[in-house]
Amino acid sequence: MNQPIIAAEDLAYRYPDGTEALRGLTFTIQPGEAVALVGANGAGKSTLLHHLNGTVFPSRGRLTVGGLPVETANLKTIRRLVGMVFQDPDDQLFMPTVAEDVAFGPQNLGLDEPVVRARVAGALGTVDALSLAGKPPYRLSAGEKRRAAIATVLAMEPDVLVMDEPTSGLDPRGRRHLAQLLAAFGHTRILATHDLDLVLDVCPRTLVIHEGMLMADGPTLEIFKDEALLATCRLEKPLSMQGCPVCGGNTPF
Amino acid sequence: MGLNAESFLHFGALDDLAGGDSPVHRLDPRAKVLATAAFIVAVASFGRYEVAALVPFALFPVALLALGGIPAGFILRRMLAALPFVLVLAALNPVLDRAPMAALGPVTVSGGWVSFASILLRFALTVGAALVLAATTGMDGVCTGLERLGAPRALTQQVAFLHRYAFVLGSEAVRIHRARSLRAFGRKVSPREFAFLAGHLLLRAWDRARRIHVAMLSRGYDGHLPTRRALVWRRRDVVFAAGWVGLFVVLRLWNLPRLLGELVTGGLR
Repeated sequence: MNQPIIAAEDLAYRYPDGTEALRGLTFTIQPGEAVALVGANGAGKSTLLHHLNGTVFPSRGRLTVGGLPVETANLKTIRRLVGMVFQDPDDQLFMPTVAEDVAFGPQNLGLDEPVVRARVAGALGTVDALSLAGKPPYRLSAGEKRRAAIATVLAMEPDVLVMDEPTSGLDPRGRRHLAQLLAAFGHTRILATHDLDLVLDVCPRTLVIHEGMLMADGPTLEIFKDEALLATCRLEKPLSMQGCPVCGGNTPF
Repeated sequence: MGLNAESFLHFGALDDLAGGDSPVHRLDPRAKVLATAAFIVAVASFGRYEVAALVPFALFPVALLALGGIPAGFILRRMLAALPFVLVLAALNPVLDRAPMAALGPVTVSGGWVSFASILLRFALTVGAALVLAATTGMDGVCTGLERLGAPRALTQQVAFLHRYAFVLGSEAVRIHRARSLRAFGRKVSPREFAFLAGHLLLRAWDRARRIHVAMLSRGYDGHLPTRRALVWRRRDVVFAAGWVGLFVVLRLWNLPRLLGELVTGGLR
């Protein structure tokens, strides 16, 4: 086994107001894995995500990214390793144009202008958004904003891609396109989402979080077949596994 | 003016114009910012009863408008939107200051009306020039120009963010307002409700600011906003800035309309 890219050991977090968001999570993620983080609203998904690039630090336990403990001294390296795509693209796109926004990260990494330009073109090309380069963010559709936001993170060439609800606000075609894109990436991918159909398409492995605890960690299909587990954690089977009344309830699973 | 989505989108039209191409667009933003700043200082520095000496200053915004291919109607509509604020400021002058000042035939004009006209003229000149600057340079260009001219970075970044998120906040306000009106059946917003709506918007803005900051930190933000524009002073930029600033100095020191008038009337006043 390789060294895990992310390792959490008894990871716990308590908000200043006393809310226990995470109550001792232990898991490891290997380089190149695509892992889904599922759980009902308030289960602790976002809090866990915020730990992965050091926006918050564990109250208890240990978290390492790329072998480095998540602490102030390692933040620069960790933020280069972990690219975070936020739920609302408007939070992520703040520069006057898409191209300048995509360049923001690489410039902060101190790269030379020709390298920055190549990164911007590469990242925008990957998400099929080269035509948006000169546009201001407020002129983009929701799908375009999402792709631009992903490009801003891709341009930093992170090892780990972390996404919070990547399909929220997307139409079915945009969603399909995003799923294909994510499935094709070679990065380690961590997706926190309620879109379990997306999980089926992209992530072979799923972590189920409920009330700050890790309830299950295993192959996605097995977890989604476990109705008792899903019920306990206030989750529902993905639509594609619920059987179709038109075609007689046959499912491929 | 009602709260509607269109007025916020029109706000973005300034940037569309700034994306155009003309001799004025191609100037270095610093040259334009410098000339406009000198213009505003010169116009603002006149005495409160000055009217005639201000007139030649109209040359600056009008010339930029014409050379920059900016539709005059566009700028005028935006000036009208700001007019109510100035009217409130200027309205008391004719009431408080009734000392007769000039006579136009049988009509005696009081000092208050002269200063009223002066304020309106100054408003039209300065706001017009600032709008033309934004329409030929873009808000990001104006911010870059200001920063390179030595304006504090905290200030220019604030302006850049204000410009970016005014749209987001504006459309949030529109949505909140619309959601309320759909259940209000024509009932007006009470002061209490207004306080809740405004407070709600403030909290949302606060929350968003926090999320934006986190998003910036996670991409390596360290307090410095990189700019990708390489700015070079060329000869035409120097000529532009020096020429206009020089003209403003001349127009400020010598009252050109009066000199012309004296020339025509042979020194009679």
